[in-house]
Amino acid sequence: MAKEVLQGTLDLMVLRTLETMGPQHGFGLAKRILQVSEGILDLNQGTLYPALLRLEQRKWIKGKWGVSDANRRARFYELTSRGRRQIEQERESWELNVSLMERFLRTPVPKED
Amino acid sequence: MLSRLWNLFRRRRLDRELDVELTHHLESLEAEYRARGFSEPDARTAARRDFGGLVQVQETYRDQRGIPMLETLGQNVRFSLRSLRRTPAMTIAVIATLAIGIGANSAVFSVVNGILIKPLPYADSDRLITVAHAAPGIQLSDSRDVGSSLFLYFIEREQNRTFDGVGLFGEGTATVTGTGEPEQVRRLFVTSDVLPLLRVQPLLGRIFSQTDDAPGSRNTVVLGYGYWQRRFGGDLSVVGKRLIMADESWDIIGVMPRQFRFLSQQPDVISPSRFDRTQVMVGAYFRRSIARLKTGVTLDQASADIRRLIPIAIDSFPLVPGSTRKQVEDARLEPSLRPLKADLVGDAANTLWVVMGTIGIVLLIACANVANLLLVRTEGRRQELLIRAALGAGWRRIGFELLTESAMLGLTGGIIGLGFAYFGLRALLASAPANLPRVGDITMDTTVLVFTLAVSLFSGLLFGVIPVVRYAKPKLAGTLPAGGRSISGSRERLRARGVLVVAQVAMAMVLLVCAGLMIRTFQKLNDVHPGFAHANEIQTVQLTISPASAPEPEQAVRRQYEILSRIAALPGVRSVAYTSAVPMGGGFNADLIFPEGKPLGDGSPPKARQLRFISPGLFETMGIPIVMGRDFSWTDVYEKRAVVLITENLARLEWGSPQQALGKRVRGSSPQDEWREIVGVTGDIRDWGLSRPLTELVYVPILAERIYNVPVWVSRSVTYAIRSSRTGTPGFLDEVRQAVWSVDSNLPLVNVRTMTDFVDDSMARTSLTLVMLAIAGAMALLLGLIGIYGAISYAVTQRTKEVGIRIALGAQNSEVRRMFLRHGLVMTALGVGIGLGIAAVFTRWMSTLLFAVSPLDPVTFGAVSVVLTTAAALASYLPSRRATRIDPIESLRAE
Repeated sequence: MAKEVLQGTLDLMVLRTLETMGPQHGFGLAKRILQVSEGILDLNQGTLYPALLRLEQRKWIKGKWGVSDANRRARFYELTSRGRRQIEQERESWELNVSLMERFLRTPVPKED
Repeated sequence: MLSRLWNLFRRRRLDRELDVELTHHLESLEAEYRARGFSEPDARTAARRDFGGLVQVQETYRDQRGIPMLETLGQNVRFSLRSLRRTPAMTIAVIATLAIGIGANSAVFSVVNGILIKPLPYADSDRLITVAHAAPGIQLSDSRDVGSSLFLYFIEREQNRTFDGVGLFGEGTATVTGTGEPEQVRRLFVTSDVLPLLRVQPLLGRIFSQTDDAPGSRNTVVLGYGYWQRRFGGDLSVVGKRLIMADESWDIIGVMPRQFRFLSQQPDVISPSRFDRTQVMVGAYFRRSIARLKTGVTLDQASADIRRLIPIAIDSFPLVPGSTRKQVEDARLEPSLRPLKADLVGDAANTLWVVMGTIGIVLLIACANVANLLLVRTEGRRQELLIRAALGAGWRRIGFELLTESAMLGLTGGIIGLGFAYFGLRALLASAPANLPRVGDITMDTTVLVFTLAVSLFSGLLFGVIPVVRYAKPKLAGTLPAGGRSISGSRERLRARGVLVVAQVAMAMVLLVCAGLMIRTFQKLNDVHPGFAHANEIQTVQLTISPASAPEPEQAVRRQYEILSRIAALPGVRSVAYTSAVPMGGGFNADLIFPEGKPLGDGSPPKARQLRFISPGLFETMGIPIVMGRDFSWTDVYEKRAVVLITENLARLEWGSPQQALGKRVRGSSPQDEWREIVGVTGDIRDWGLSRPLTELVYVPILAERIYNVPVWVSRSVTYAIRSSRTGTPGFLDEVRQAVWSVDSNLPLVNVRTMTDFVDDSMARTSLTLVMLAIAGAMALLLGLIGIYGAISYAVTQRTKEVGIRIALGAQNSEVRRMFLRHGLVMTALGVGIGLGIAAVFTRWMSTLLFAVSPLDPVTFGAVSVVLTTAAALASYLPSRRATRIDPIESLRAE
């Protein structure tokens, strides 16, 4: 199980989750990310908050106070247009990386005779 | 970045918001677990586990939100404040020391800034220059140039290629009558180019144009702001009104703005100089000229331009009859251009830099003292620092914290120092010599504030860095387990303090030598005989007889004589006389003086000499001896006899001795000038001040024929000198005033002073420098002694155990005392030695401030060394006595 998550991957997960699900509060995001990762990811849910602040400072997401399903005050995060562009860029670079790594990993090891 | 900075200020709200968010998350998690059937405590534990460390999250979040460095600084500041409050005595001592040191520096810097650094208050003022000419062939022994002259000015104005305007100006006084009391005003004469080339605009009306300074044009005048307010109450419709000045009517055409200053002065009235070009001849120097350089033109290029114009100027005008072309050439005229600011500031620059330097040294000494105090304090906190280091505080962090503390001390000292500086500056300006240039430009402006801030921070870091270097090293951690104080450890600590003390003594030595040299200069000046006697008994008043009240020169003299007789009749008046300018009164009336019996046309050209127009009895009143011959008589005056007296030095210079000079004749440079017989030789005087060389003077009767190109010359503005034992007593001046007004009730009495005032003026710069250096020296001495005293006291405390053992083993009191005394004296000797070396270099800068004293004056150097060493010995003896009272048993028990 990959406990170490590459730097930056959490950011992209958050952005992508917001893209698919629309505005979410921290708890909802954490739940969804864990759901999608189907147990591969072992995330201390608290780590999400500094990440959210970082994304907000980069103006990729925007936080707003709202009311949750349980009728409680919660902060909802929403993707900005900048965030959307960021996802596109990240997606391209990820795909490039993945295909690159696959080539290396799939190349068969020559047998020693 | 900005938002992060902003976040610093709303930290509390943001923290609360984060709490709400985190709580929401945790509670939602908990609720889910409960829904899955967990018990409440289990659900909470599970939620916590999933969430991770709450505190870490908060910390990371905060770091992400703000700027860690700044937050640390904020913490440090709060922490330092707390820790400083715990040692109030030390804190107050440090802040007071710094406040005085920094305050003194700010005050002196305000002066330096106002006089030397700030540009003159005109647009592009760095292109303004003084256009003077040197003439080594004829120059007065005591002036650096001959200024300008009309023949030079006209050609320079018409043919220069390097100026955006050049003009002549002169300063004088005038009597304004008409409305209200007669009043003497400061008058500035300018050609029409002067104000435009300064790029100044009038507040009301207009300034002069070419039509105002053409000969024969209407009288026009521009008022200064202060005078406009004073005399006309700021009347906005003043332009077009008339002013009665010097018994003529003048059209007021404009008012200058409030901030307008001409060089150092704020003139009351400005009037045009109307020179007639057709009357100009080659000669008559000592006019003052300023110009504005064209953009991009250097001083050298302008000099070359003037050098080109000088021969043209000489060829363009007729020579003064009787003089020859060769004489003019032998004068060796050459340009002497200087930036206006440098010219205005003159030799004040030297004084100011020396004072600034010494005050800077005082601050350094103060910093050394503060560093000492901080060392003690940090020493006291050693255990605390060690424990924190052991608990993992990085030494960078501890160092940063110590530095924050000292920077805060520095800043606080600086802020209080600014307050001191404000009052100090006012006291300083109140005692500033009257001839200090640009006094009006001295203010505490932004430059001064920035300077103070920088100095505060710099000194904070300077004294702060010493404890940091000593205590914040990583090796600290290792020493903790050892705990107690080892003797070798304290030795090492003592050395740091020793270095500081030696530095303090050395710097104090430098300052004391400087102050000592000034004291010696002052003594020497006091020994100088000004040429006149008992200055305190001589009252002076200046009076001007206007042509309106006495049109004929003879009438004016009769009026002056009448006033003289009335004053002479006052009780207690021993003698009274008058002169165009009293000695040291700043009189300037120069002419080329041709001595008879020396071939004209070849040989050395005649030199420019000072002339004084005097009444009979002046020498008696002033206490100036008549070496040979006789004084003028009133018959000489009224019959306008061609007679003069000369000073002894002039007699020796031209004829070898007073005897030889008697009966010889001299004449001035004007065409109609006649030969005048020398009827007497008088004692020499120092007309330019005590520290200046003797002046060569020619005395001419107050009424004289054919001099300065006029048929009959009379000095209408004269200073009366009254010798009386009652000078300075109340009532005497009133009687003098009544005596004057009994002759002419319209006469304003100006420059009411005693001769002592004139002497003091001539020493004012020396006195001010002396006072400043003496204060600096005294502070340095005091701080240095405190340093030594503190260091020895500290050593005694530190070595209590050792001394206890020594005493227990049988050491005598005298031996113990000697041990500490030796320590103090070694530091002092080192400091004095180093200080002597630095002083020998430093005093060379102040050689222009000294008079008849060598910058390496052995008396001063010797005396200061002895005084400092003695004082230091005493300062180390006092605490060393305490060492002998140490009880061996208690000292060993103490640890």
